[in-house]
Amino acid sequence: MVEQTETSDRLAVDAASWKLLFICWLIAMAATLGSLFFSEIMGLIPCELCWYQRIFIYPLAVILLLGLHPLDTRVVRYALPLAVIGMLFTIYHTLLFYGLIPENMQPCRQGVSCADEGMVLMGFLPIPLLSLAAFGMIIMLLLKIRVLAR
Amino acid sequence: MKQSHFTLIAVLLMVVAFVAATMFHNSGEEKEMNARATNNSAALIKDYSVKAGNPDAKVTLVEFMDPACGTCAKFHPFVKQLMQQQAGKMNLVIRYLPFHQGSDRMVAMLEAARKQDKFWEVLELMFATQAQWTINHVAQPDVFMGFIDRAGVDVARIKQDMNDPEIMKIIQQDMADGKLLGADKTPSFFVNGKPLPSFGYQQLQTLIESEVSANY
Repeated sequence: MVEQTETSDRLAVDAASWKLLFICWLIAMAATLGSLFFSEIMGLIPCELCWYQRIFIYPLAVILLLGLHPLDTRVVRYALPLAVIGMLFTIYHTLLFYGLIPENMQPCRQGVSCADEGMVLMGFLPIPLLSLAAFGMIIMLLLKIRVLAR
Repeated sequence: MKQSHFTLIAVLLMVVAFVAATMFHNSGEEKEMNARATNNSAALIKDYSVKAGNPDAKVTLVEFMDPACGTCAKFHPFVKQLMQQQAGKMNLVIRYLPFHQGSDRMVAMLEAARKQDKFWEVLELMFATQAQWTINHVAQPDVFMGFIDRAGVDVARIKQDMNDPEIMKIIQQDMADGKLLGADKTPSFFVNGKPLPSFGYQQLQTLIESEVSANY
């Protein structure tokens, strides 16, 4: 009897973990396709900091999918460091974009400025803020899966 | 529903959304480019621009190009071929967009060669030897100057004429006109003032052929 409850508990946890991981993967896919749309279709040139964030979001779209089929919550162990490092770049980029870090500290001397006005979509959505939301949500969901798995 | 179905449906939906957004964006952009070209038609051709072919031809191809641009070099034989195919019915206007570092000096050499009636010879030589004088996308005018005599020009005169301040004015005007017309890449083509719907050999040929049949 006890064994049966344990099994059904585990199944419930697995189903919940799968859903959270699925949402994580959707966010990573949306960010990947979105960033490719900006650069390849709209022709926006990615600034230096955008490149670092891309480096850490693209592998998430792949490894989170591998963690879904079949469900393997250990994927959190591999995905979380990528998301955290990406998040650090995003925080820096957002601060730069809103001018909270002075201009002379920014690393983008050549090419496209990371604080460029061209980074605002449809007049109200800054790309660095979208990136911040994506990495932030992925990290929170991954942490939640880690708590569930224990 | 199985979990794998969720994933498959999500992938499908995302692909469809991406393609739809691309189509939506491209159609809007095409309209904008056409409007730009129509509203700024005076910026297309200048009296000082290099021209080739029958001046009375009813189809005019304007090419915004950069001597250091690899795609411009690859398109050049194709443009020549189109000029031959439509001989007498189309002419060509060259405008400069020297986006590559050092490329403005290459344009200056072309303009200096023009004074000796050797523009096309020097342009051919530049495109044929491009790999030797562009290093990591930076034009090296001094390297090209080392063998510009192969085009049959008076090198001493080239060196003198390319410092003419008028050349810088031409480049600035061409760059400003390119910006007005939305020509932000090289080569950018306009056929009778119409931009290419999308970039490619085939699209250029189709647009030229449709303009020729509409005018002849």
